[in-house]
Amino acid sequence: MKIGEGWKWLMLPMVAALLVATFLLVGCSSNITGTINENGSTTVQPLAEVLAGNFTANHPEVRIVIQGGGTAVGITSVNDGTVDIGAASRELTSADPPLVKSLLARDGIAIIVPPSNPITNLTKDQVIAIFAGNITNWSQVGGPNKGIDVVAREEGSGTRTAFQDLVMGKALIRADAILQSSNGALKTAVSSDPQAVGFLSLGYLDSSVKALAMNGVPATEANAKNGTYPVVRPLYFLTKAQPTGIVKDFIDFCTGPDGQKIVAEQGYITAK
Amino acid sequence: MLSRYFVDRNAKYLVLACASTSFIILAAIAIFTLREALPAFQQVGFTHLIFGTTWRPTMGGFGILPMIVGSIAVTLGAMILAIPLGLGCAVLLAEVAPHRVRQLLRPAVEILVGIPSVVYGLVGILLIVPLIRQIGGSGFSVAAGALVLTAMVLPTIISISEDSIRAVPRRYKEGALALGANHWQTIWHVLIPAARSGITAGIILGMGRAIGEAMAMIMVTGNAVQIPTSPLDPTRTLAGGIAVEINYASGLHQNALFAIGVVLFILILAINSIAMVFMRRGRQAQDVC
Repeated sequence: MKIGEGWKWLMLPMVAALLVATFLLVGCSSNITGTINENGSTTVQPLAEVLAGNFTANHPEVRIVIQGGGTAVGITSVNDGTVDIGAASRELTSADPPLVKSLLARDGIAIIVPPSNPITNLTKDQVIAIFAGNITNWSQVGGPNKGIDVVAREEGSGTRTAFQDLVMGKALIRADAILQSSNGALKTAVSSDPQAVGFLSLGYLDSSVKALAMNGVPATEANAKNGTYPVVRPLYFLTKAQPTGIVKDFIDFCTGPDGQKIVAEQGYITAK
Repeated sequence: MLSRYFVDRNAKYLVLACASTSFIILAAIAIFTLREALPAFQQVGFTHLIFGTTWRPTMGGFGILPMIVGSIAVTLGAMILAIPLGLGCAVLLAEVAPHRVRQLLRPAVEILVGIPSVVYGLVGILLIVPLIRQIGGSGFSVAAGALVLTAMVLPTIISISEDSIRAVPRRYKEGALALGANHWQTIWHVLIPAARSGITAGIILGMGRAIGEAMAMIMVTGNAVQIPTSPLDPTRTLAGGIAVEINYASGLHQNALFAIGVVLFILILAINSIAMVFMRRGRQAQDVC
């Protein structure tokens, strides 16, 4: 009996260790039988989840894990081998590591205001002036005599980087802009503040905010696709090398006709 | 017999191992954060980092002074509101309220501690931000952050202050009343001064919670990196700054975020040490009595 009592103390950590080992082994073996790990841009994330759901419906032996994190995380993780696929919502630059890009879709960035704002159109120069802080009252662009609250995304966000490159150019977004850390949070902030202006991925647009036309061209999917709406960026799946095996199968599905149909359904612009 | 001896000899090592876990975790956090922050301190320079006012990490601006000021501003604002409120509530609970009121209020205060900070943030966005927008600005502001923090630190201040007021020896109160002081005079001139160290410790612990809060602050302060000039200006706190950008950061940007972590770590370490000194002093004072 006494011996039994002593062993009780040792049993607990031993059982725990055994459990952990079992989980580790199971985790490893499932990798071999077909798991694809993806992370990166939060703009790509909702689309990738729908695509993965459709792909695994026909290939139940494959498991696809979709995570967010942001474009920078996607690039780093795929480059160091943490994930099989990284997602990017901006063009790669010379500062990024050399990776194989598969164009998944394209996405427009809309300038948004709350529906109560009477403004419907801004020129690109006005947008730059507003976000740089040179225009600070809606009356300067034909609106009511009210201040402008600029809402932007945080440094490093793919949407912000794309907006900076495609719209702002050399001008900097004003330092006192309100920053929100996701597309969803930004939309909520703009919709609830009558004086706000922000920029949002076209895929996230809904009736809670109003997308402004730029240079007279409405920010719609059709206009982004035919090239008349100027603020459009690529969405990529990135791989370390040419994709093979199930990763290739999944990327081929996404860029092929079935996948592109889903891309269009989800409100993004098809790759071709 | 042998087994009992064995267990007796070794049980202390088992509990020692358990106890050292928390120390090891603390050491691991300190070492890891420092190691990740080191490149930022080396490449940007300590002075530029701490006293620089431009934060544009993707373009080489790594000044975190606006975030330090932001953190201090929301924390101070919260303390100005929470100290009188918390102290008042603690006095009520410890001295004034009848038993039944106390039975209702105490659990309410305790539940406040358990509410996740993201819920405080949501309420802040729905209630406080639009309210402040009526006064001026966009509503996302130092004031919104301070108000949300007030609600979050109140329970800490209340429960520690109440406990220390209760811990004041009964003969103090009896002595004051016997000398002809009324109830209020007794509370204000005898009980609160006697419980001073405990109350201070509660305030400082509350401050520690306030300065480390990230989620609720991201949601209501607007996260603009600028030194606020009015309570209606948006701002960004140190903890909020890390949480907002860590998802997207790579390279030196990421190192700089860890450097913010080091600054925050030192701040909280200092705050907690001060709280500990006060708590110990309080205990000694009561031992002497």
